[in-house]
Order: sequence, then C-alpha cells, then structure tokens
Amino acid sequence: MTILLAVAAGVLFAAGIYMILRRSLVKILIGLLLLSYAVNLLLFNSASLVPGRPPIIPAGQDLPPIGHADPVPQALILTAIVISFGVTAFAIVLIRKAYQVTGTDDLNEMRCTDLPCETTEVMDEFAESGERMK
Amino acid sequence: MLMPFSIVSGIGLAILAPWLLRLFKQRGGLVMAVLVAGGLALFAMQIPAIADGSVVRVGFPWIPSLNLAFSFHLDGLSLLFCLLIIGIGSLVLLYGGSYLQGHPALTRFFSITLLFMSAMAGLVLSGNALLLFLFWEMTSITSFLLIGFEHKTPAARAAAWQALLVTGAGGLAMLAGFVLLFEISGSFEIQEWIQSAGQIQQHPLAPAAFVLILLGAMSKSAQFPFHFWLPNAMQAPTPVSAYLHSATMVKAGVYLLARLFPVFSGLELWGPTVSLVGLVTLLAGSLLALGQSDLKRLLAYTTVAALGSMVMLLGLGTPLAVKTGLAFLFAHALYKGALFLVAGGVDHAVHSRDVRELGGLGRAMPWTALAAALAGLSMAGLPPFFGFITKELVYETLLQTSRLPGLLTGAVLISFVAWVAVSGWVGLTPFWGRPGREFHAHKEPVSLWLPPLILASLGLAAGLFPQAFADGLLKSATEALLLSPQKIKLSLWHGLTPMLGLSLLTVALGLGLFAARRWILAGGERFWQAVAAVGPANLYQKGLKGILSFAAWLTRVLQSGYLRVYILFIVLFTILLTFFSVWSLLEEIPLPRVDAPRFYDVILVAIIIIAAIQVTRTRSRLATIAMLGSIGYSIAILFLLYSGPDLAMVQFAMETLTVILFVLIIYRLPKFARLSGKLPRVVDGLVALAGGALMTVLMLLVSNHPSNSNLANYYANASLSQANGRNIVNVILVDFRGLDTLGEIAVLSIAAIGVFALLSLNNNKPGQRPKETAKLQRSILLGFSARYMVPLMVIFSFFLLIRGHNQIGGGFVGGLVAASALMLYAIATSPAELRKLLPVEPRSLVGSGLLVALFSGLISLLAGQPFMTGLWLKKAVLVIGKVGTPVLFDVGVYLVVVGIVLWILLTFSEETP
Repeated sequence: MTILLAVAAGVLFAAGIYMILRRSLVKILIGLLLLSYAVNLLLFNSASLVPGRPPIIPAGQDLPPIGHADPVPQALILTAIVISFGVTAFAIVLIRKAYQVTGTDDLNEMRCTDLPCETTEVMDEFAESGERMK
Repeated sequence: MLMPFSIVSGIGLAILAPWLLRLFKQRGGLVMAVLVAGGLALFAMQIPAIADGSVVRVGFPWIPSLNLAFSFHLDGLSLLFCLLIIGIGSLVLLYGGSYLQGHPALTRFFSITLLFMSAMAGLVLSGNALLLFLFWEMTSITSFLLIGFEHKTPAARAAAWQALLVTGAGGLAMLAGFVLLFEISGSFEIQEWIQSAGQIQQHPLAPAAFVLILLGAMSKSAQFPFHFWLPNAMQAPTPVSAYLHSATMVKAGVYLLARLFPVFSGLELWGPTVSLVGLVTLLAGSLLALGQSDLKRLLAYTTVAALGSMVMLLGLGTPLAVKTGLAFLFAHALYKGALFLVAGGVDHAVHSRDVRELGGLGRAMPWTALAAALAGLSMAGLPPFFGFITKELVYETLLQTSRLPGLLTGAVLISFVAWVAVSGWVGLTPFWGRPGREFHAHKEPVSLWLPPLILASLGLAAGLFPQAFADGLLKSATEALLLSPQKIKLSLWHGLTPMLGLSLLTVALGLGLFAARRWILAGGERFWQAVAAVGPANLYQKGLKGILSFAAWLTRVLQSGYLRVYILFIVLFTILLTFFSVWSLLEEIPLPRVDAPRFYDVILVAIIIIAAIQVTRTRSRLATIAMLGSIGYSIAILFLLYSGPDLAMVQFAMETLTVILFVLIIYRLPKFARLSGKLPRVVDGLVALAGGALMTVLMLLVSNHPSNSNLANYYANASLSQANGRNIVNVILVDFRGLDTLGEIAVLSIAAIGVFALLSLNNNKPGQRPKETAKLQRSILLGFSARYMVPLMVIFSFFLLIRGHNQIGGGFVGGLVAASALMLYAIATSPAELRKLLPVEPRSLVGSGLLVALFSGLISLLAGQPFMTGLWLKKAVLVIGKVGTPVLFDVGVYLVVVGIVLWILLTFSEETP
C-alpha cells in the first residue's frame, strides 16, 4: 500500500506541477489544490501505514493500543487541511480581483509586475485612478 | 584623550556648521578656520614629546566580537599627517568661505569638508585596522560628495562615481588584505602586526595580503593604472581639489604603505613591486601633464607623479629613501596645496584656467602672484626652498640604490624636468607677460591670497631652517617606519656634489621646456588624445559598460516576467539537486515489503490517479470541481482506513465546504482557456512527470528508512497522564502544540480578513449587502431536509467539540460540521436568511474565538505557570467530563473555524458580480 500511495502522491504532484505551469490563473489555483492534496498524502505516508489502530487511548486503559498509528503526521495534516481552505479562498479572491482589474487571466499579459512596461492598461488604470483621487 | 576628542569634535563641528554659518554669516568660514586652528595647536603641542620618541596610545572596545576597537596611536608618522590634515584644513575652510561665497550649497561644503577632515585624521590615528578601514571609506564617501558638489552637472556626477568606484573597489581589496593579516596574526591591531612582522613575513599568505593592501593603496593614491580618477576629480571646487585631491586624501595610500612598511618591507616582493608601481606612475603623471592646458589638470597630473615618487621611494626602502619620501611628502603638500589655491584664485578672478590665454594678472592680484611664485619655485626645486632640499635628497637616494641607479635617475630626471616646466606654467605665466585675451580681474580678497601665501611661505621657511623640521617631525616619523633611532641632517648646501649637478641640469632643461610651451602643449595634447583609446580610463569605461549590459542581460534572462519560467527553473533545479544528493541511495531502494494491497485500496488509488489526470485535461469547470471533490473524498476514505479518523472527518467536511466555495464563485471566474501551444504543454508535461517521479522516489526512500523518533512515543505516554486526554491528535493540537494552533487560527483569521477586504474593495460601498432580488427556484427537497438536518448537525457539532479531547472529534471538526450545517441552510433558503438566523456576525465569532483561545492560555499565567500550561479542575463536570484550559482553548478554535468559514462563504455568496 505504501507503494500505491507513493505513486498516487507522485501523480498528484505531477498533475499539480503541470497545472501551476499553465498560463491561465484559474488553472494555477487548481494546481495549488492538487499540490496540497499531494503534500498531505506525502505526510501521511511518511509514517508507516497502520490499518484500524488510531492513536486514541481506549477507555479504561492508560496507553494506546500497541502498534498504533503515529499521531504527529496526523496533527500536521489536520492543520494543513484547514489552512489550505484559507489559502484557497484567498487565492480565488486574488485571481478574481486580478481578472477584474486587468481583464485577462493570461499570465503572459501580466508581465509588467516584473518588468518595466512602457504603457499597459493596468498602468493607465492606476494613473487614471490617481488623477481621480485628485 | 586628544585623539578621540579631536575626531569627535570635528564631526560635531561638521554638524554645527550650518548654524555657525547662519550665526556668523560671511565670517562663518573664518570662525570655523579658527576653531580648527585651535585643534592644530593642540596637536602641535605634542611635537616635543613625540620628537623625543614617545608614543601616545588610547583604546576602548567597540564591537569586541568583530575585533573592532576604538584604538588610537599617535607617533611621528601620524603626527606629521595630522598637522598637514588639520593645518591645511583650517586654511581651506578660510579660503572656501570666500571662494564659494553666495553659493547655495555653502553649508554642504563646510559640513562635508569638516567631516572629511575628521575622517582623515581618524584614518591616520587609527591603531586598529578595521577602524582604519571605516575612516578610509568615510574619506572615499566624503570625497565622492565633494567631487559631485556641483551635482547638477553630469560631468561632476560621472567623475564622482568614477572616484568612488575606483577607490571603493581598492578599499575592498585592502579590507581583504587586512582579513588575511588577521588570519595570519590573530589580531587587527596594527602595532601587533608590526611586532610579529617576522612571523607574518614567513607565512605563505603574506604575499597575498600584501598585494591586496597594495591595490587599496594604489587606488587611493592614484597610482598607475588607477590614476585616471584623480584628474577627473578636478570637477570638485578648487579648495576641495587642493585639500583632498592633492594635500591629504590621495596621500592616504602612501600613509598606508608607510604605516605597514615594517610589516611588509621584509618581503622579497616589496621592493620591486612598490618601486616599479611608483616609477611608472611618476613617469606617466609627469608626461601626461605636458599635454594639459588647464591649470587644475596640470596640477592634478603632477600630483599623480608626486604620489608616484613617494611610493617609489618607499619601495626602495633604504633609510635614506624613507626619510626622503616623508620629507618630499611634506614639501609637496605645502607647494601643491598652495598652487591649487592659487589656481582657484585665478579662476575666481577671471573665470579662466587656460594657461594658453592667461597672463598679466600680477598687477591686479599681487599677493596671489607672490604666493604662486614662492610655491612654484619650491615645486621647481630651486634654492632656498624646501623643494630644492627634497629634490637633492631624491637624487642622492637614487644614486645610492643598489639596483639600476642609472635608469632610475634618468627616469626621475625626465619627470623633474617636466615639473619645472609645469611649475612655470602654473606659477608664472598667469601673472606675467601678455594675456591671450583681455581679462577684467575681480578684486582679490584676503581670504583668497592669504592661505596659499601661508603655505608657500612655510615651504620657504622649511627650506631656510630645514633642521628644525628634521628634528621636530621628520626624525620621529622616519623612526616610526624604520623602528630604530635615526640621525637626520638636512641642509641647503651640500657642497659640489653630483646631486647639485643634476639639479642644475634639471632646471636648465626645464626652463627650455617652459619656453617651448606653445609647441609642447599642443603636441602633447594631440599625442595623448591619440593614445587615450588604449588608456586605462577607456578600459574602465568599457568595463563599466560591460558590467551594466551584463547585468541587464542577466536580469532579462532570470526575471523574464513569466511565472511559468520561474516555476520551471525551481522544479528543474530541485530535481537536479535532489537527484545528485540521493544518487547514492538509489541502489538501496528495494521496494518496501509488499503487503498485498486490499481491493478497496486499489479502487481509491485508481480514483485519485484517474481524477488527477482528468483534471489536467478537462476544460469544463464543473468537471474540474467534481474531479477535485472525488480526489478529496478518496483521500478522506484513505485516512479513515489507515487509522486517521480525525483526519478523515476534517477532510470530509473541508471537501464539502471547498466544493461549496467553488460552486459559489466558479462561474464568476474566467473560463478555462487553453493558452499554451503544443510544445510548451509537452515540455511542461515532461517536467511535471519528472517532478512527480522524484517525489515518488523520495517517498519510497523515506518509507524505507523509518524514523525512530521518540516524539510519537512521548506523546502517546504523556497524553493521558499529563494532559488528561485520550485522543492524542487532539491533545497535540490543543495542549502540546497549542501555541502553534493559536498561530494557525490567527493566520486563518488574517486570510479571512484578506478575503473580506479584497471583495469589499470591489463594491463601492463596503459592507452593504445586496437586497434580496427575484425569488429563485429553490429545491423543495433540500429546503425540507435542511429544516430538520441543520439543528441536528449543529447539536452534533457541539457533541464533537465536547468529546473531542478523548474521542474522535475536536474543535476543528466540530467547527467545520457546524459551518457546513449553516451553509446548508443558506443554500436551502438564502444567505440573507442565514444572516437573520445568526445571533452575531461571523467576524464577531472569529474575534471572540481568538479571544477565548488567548484567554485560555493566559489563565495559567495567573497561576504562576508559563503561558498555555494546561490547568484542570479536579472534579468532572456533568456531561462534559473533565474540564481544563485546553478544553476552553478548543472552544476558541471551534468558534474561529465556524466564524471564518461562514465569513468567507457569505462574503462570496453575497458578492455582486
């Protein structure tokens, strides 16, 4: 099962990397989601997989059953799942905002964040909004 | 304490200069000059003691971990330099006040010049090499500011940059040399280097340290091939040129070589290298001067030559050479400073510095003419001026050298002949004879002729009474280099010696050159222009351009602006580097022991793989959501099967909420367009497959090396006994690692605030919710079931929260279940209905949840325990069981999770498209 899970995580990683290499912003978001699934699986697989012995101390006993699953990766994954919800929500809003302002979701048309562009619609819009403020 | 006091008060004066100037107006320069002259007197009072061979040292630590200390050292060498720096500084302040009178940036001149003076004094007084380096750089920076004083002219800015880059690069080389010396000797104290000079010279790294420090000295003292910045630095106002770029700062390199003379002069490399550098610079500077017609550039090139001769003398290294070098340094500072100030006076009076047209100014400005004559005669090396004595000494030194005395003497003769001509052009031609055009000279103010006259007269006085100078300053300065008592006799008349003959020859040839100035100047200018293409200045320009265009190219390549290129590089390099480091492990990657996989394992993994592949191929947004959901649910079932029930619950709830999130927003997002061409898709696909394969290999390697961490065992053992909880995962979250969880929910809250802020930015009136528009067709089935399901689910979430510490459940799971229930209600009815139902705003839930969590941690402080220590009530409470602060913390987590999810989802669903 460890092998199967490793392969599944590998496929998720590959799909995630492929998606964040796209030019469409929405696809990058999908890629991020796939990568977070993949990382959760990786964490889960880093401890040995134990079927049916959760890290819970049964009533009336002082210690969990022998050979129980490792609780540490589980605690990590649990927080990671919740965090990824926040990240996803924020990323979606960011993408939506970028789409509204620039009118495109093609990353190739958003190069001005890194390179000095002479005139672009974004810059024009900023200039206009600056004038409006006056 | 004189030394630190003088430096600090110099800097203080630099700060006060603007107020002094406002207070005393036009007399400001005079006031500052007098104050500085007071400092000069304090140092002059040290002369008798230092001349007797005593040394003053003070020191206190600054940054001991860096071996940086405020340690100061005053001996003959430092004192000689100090007197020059402070004395000429005082005159330059007096002069500059009227030279730049009315200039809008006059205060800047005073402040920076005073700052430079303090730095320069600090440089020559430093006993610690790192401190010396700091002052060294400070002089470079103040020099930069003063060359660029007229910063609105591009030429001044370019010259300032050039000087800063050349001297700054040299300074770095020098620092590297200091660090090497520290590696060798274990100290940054210069005196300790001198004491252990023998061991240092034996060390194999010593030549490297020497060469690096020599590079620093060469760049600062404008030695060939770094000489070109100095003539360009003439863009500075003339008092600055006189002070920094002739009398003091450019001598810092000479000072450094003199200071480290005891450390390095024993190296075999020292003699040939240093004397050759000096000789080439001397010849180059002297010959280059012959092509100049600008007064200041003439002086600049002869300054380069003079610096070369000092370096050459230090390189020769005999006691006579050292003595001569220091005497010459003193003579040069006096006459060259004076001549620069004279050139400034001429420029100020007639706004011209061209020797081809200047003439006949002697009548209008007699005192300046007198100063020019005195200084010029000293430079030409005529008796009874000090310049004559030093020139004789130079010839004497060269005739006595063991190696190539004839060649050296010949080269120096050529240079000195050129100096005679230049001293005539600068000191005589502007004031005598017929001018090339008509000039209307301004009146010459006292403050413009007195300083050069004082300097020039000092040259005369030193020539008339050389022994006083020799006993007072030269003897102790020479001893600082040679480390042994010296006897020094200086006199004007030595009798009929070969040196006198050479002097006569020099003057005779020089006068000839002086007379032939029209041809020499024109011919020299043409010649040097023709040669300029291969000169070091040109190489410097080309190099600079090359660096800039390389930087632009590199930026274009690395910062392409395409996100996918960046990611591609990151992934490829990660694969490459990881591959190299795990290469050796690959052989031992036996497949881990294989249990035959169970039927449903295979099904789940197959679902994940197929869905992942399909996500990359589909262009339907709904299909994408469905695929992602099926991946998430499959993973949740895997968690459930392999002993992670808490994980499974969280994953189920979260997957549901994520799907709701997507459904709410997906149709307001752009469509999935296929933007990349076929080739990029194939390339990306291959890179992605390689990345995925790498991760698979890594995971297999990891599972092959099970970690033997004691962490899991510790938590398992301590969970019940110390933290009163049976669900170990939950105990880790709310107790053992509670602080992490507190941070996490804080981050989540920030993300929710970000979502809210970004979406409210869209609506022109933030916070205003859309009114209920047309009634939508709602599912009756959903509405009916919601009515019963929602209360049940909320109650269930409380149940999960309460029992979470001991069984499956907890604040995260409970909060997600409650949020799912409430969102179900919102979908079945409307977001507005949910708002009505909720007693408080979601964001208030977030805030109160954070406060509850924080409060639960603070309770333990009241009990005198560290933050977030778990405290428990002795008696169990009905229904809830044992109660303690971690349970309260979990309640905070619950509230935050409910609040965040509702806040985000309601903001999304209420957003007007």
